[in-house]
Amino acid sequence: MTGGRKLLGHVALLLPPFGWLTVFYLGSLFALLLSAFWQVDSMSGEILHEWTLDNFRILATDSTYRVIAERTIGIAVLVTITDIILAWPLAYVIARKVGPRMKLVLLVLVALPLWSSMLARIYSWRLILGHDGVLNWFLRTAGLPEQSFAFTNVALWIVFTYLWLPFMLMPLVSALERIPASLPDAAGDMGATPFQTFRTVIFPLAIPGMAAGSVFTFAVTLGEYVTPMLVGGAGSEFIGNVVYSNVGVSGNIPFAAAYSMILLVVVGAYMLLARRFGAFDGA
Amino acid sequence: MKGFSALLLATCCTAIMAQARAADLPTSIGKGEGDLNVVAWEGYADDAWVKPFEQQSGCKVHRKYVGSSDEMVALTRMGGGKGFDVVSASGDAALRLIFGKNVQPVNMSLIPAYADLMPELKEPSFNTVKGVHYGVSYEWGPNVLMWNTKTITTAPTSWSVIYDKAHTGVITVPDNPIQIADAALYLSHTKPELGITDPYELTQPQMDAVVALLKEQRPLVKKYWALASDEVDLFKSGDAQVGAAWPYQANTLRAANVPVQDTIPTEGATGWADTWMISTHAEHPNCAYLWINHVMTPKVQAQQALSFGETPANTKACAEMDTMQPGSCKQYHADASAAYFSTIKFWKTPVKQCGNGQNNCLDYAAWQRAWQQVKQ
Repeated sequence: MTGGRKLLGHVALLLPPFGWLTVFYLGSLFALLLSAFWQVDSMSGEILHEWTLDNFRILATDSTYRVIAERTIGIAVLVTITDIILAWPLAYVIARKVGPRMKLVLLVLVALPLWSSMLARIYSWRLILGHDGVLNWFLRTAGLPEQSFAFTNVALWIVFTYLWLPFMLMPLVSALERIPASLPDAAGDMGATPFQTFRTVIFPLAIPGMAAGSVFTFAVTLGEYVTPMLVGGAGSEFIGNVVYSNVGVSGNIPFAAAYSMILLVVVGAYMLLARRFGAFDGA
Repeated sequence: MKGFSALLLATCCTAIMAQARAADLPTSIGKGEGDLNVVAWEGYADDAWVKPFEQQSGCKVHRKYVGSSDEMVALTRMGGGKGFDVVSASGDAALRLIFGKNVQPVNMSLIPAYADLMPELKEPSFNTVKGVHYGVSYEWGPNVLMWNTKTITTAPTSWSVIYDKAHTGVITVPDNPIQIADAALYLSHTKPELGITDPYELTQPQMDAVVALLKEQRPLVKKYWALASDEVDLFKSGDAQVGAAWPYQANTLRAANVPVQDTIPTEGATGWADTWMISTHAEHPNCAYLWINHVMTPKVQAQQALSFGETPANTKACAEMDTMQPGSCKQYHADASAAYFSTIKFWKTPVKQCGNGQNNCLDYAAWQRAWQQVKQ
């Protein structure tokens, strides 16, 4: 009797969170999946609830969507690699070279831009990279040739790398912090050069941190559409832009749903990969 | 255009006609409801005429601006069409809104300015279906070629400049599937063997040729602009020096001392004819009628024409324009508008039915897909 009551209590306790998850998370995902098999009437804009594979047929046969998906994934990978390279020196200094007070100051400085509007930060890059922008003014003053990165994929790469750098830095710092000081010391005692210590001890132990950071930089870049819209040019469309214009401009939600399935699959696969590298082990 | 709408009527409008007959048109305009939600082109709800309207009518105006007809249609359909009261739809959006049952018939006897409209715009096929008016024609104008006179010193006379490799990286064109018509219009002159007679009625082979031209253009384009203000920024920063524009951007840039000039090239131009329409689910119908009557007065018509660089539908606006800016009535063709009107290829929604009775033209969904292929 009491056992049954206890079970009932457990069920009652778990119902709200699981119910919430089911309805709002899995439910909306299911609705997305379902609508990918519908169609839209181009004149009246009404969604026709007839089953069709047309959306997927267009995605498979029209090379446009393959090019856009490749660009999206390619830039996301590039941004992740660039962020790993840029994050290393600073993360190493923060985690292992400075005192607690300096560490706090540096971490606050890293996080500070996140408190300003992302739109404002993207727009400021437009002012930096523009034809008559800050960067060209410096280059002109220094007598160097001018750049024309504005509204190109190079601008996208720079701005994305800037935007997501803190998200790579933080997990890397915490991974480096957790390496006991005794390990590099031991390596040194055994006669390893500093570079050997780094390559065989520190770097492998920091892999989970990089994997965790890359989940942010990769997945967030993959789903972006605002940055390509603002700093991208002709030939900078992302999957997110196609989804956005199908929902917000042409009202074709079924096609947008079908295309966004690619994002779900790619991010899902990446999560599994990152888990193998220990991205989700401990915090 | 006449044949095209007749065909549409024959096929799919019985339901709409029944609805239009049954709809109770308002017989008088009551007191304003206090608010008015406007979906409009940038520059179409300017404080210069919004403020006086708010004072006179007591209707507080809430504005939402759009940069393309597609965006306009999407915005008015959002939330079942309850989010807006009036919309300034161009010809290519107006029919879609009528067939989507997003807008309601308008009682023209409540619109005094209707009597003064240009004859061509009293019941044009893009807002009047079988004698039922779904809105009041507002203003119209051409899509122009704009360039920076400092960097491009010889004035271009052909659309060829925006397909010219000499201008690689400084070209900007609208991010809008209807932009395909501009390329089609250009090809109808440079490649007559394609047989393009109407830039909005394209068969698959014709579309393939247009898409090929636009794909060649893509590497030359700095950015496809989505909002008029984007293009203004591009010309201000020097990132773009030549492109397709509305006269509005040229006026805005000149006011900001950017040396630009605009023209209708020899191949002619596409253009827009806009209509104020009222939502089927308008929550403030009285304010909506009051708004339409306000913007149709000769004074507002003249203000709008001068600020945007377009031509008013109300023939009485000519005198007002000359008072505000001497010679402007002639400059914007408000005096001899009938002849000028016929030179512009106005935006309309592409449908399967070609004007020549054939059914092998591409509909708008195909245009949207083609535009995505161009942009990649």
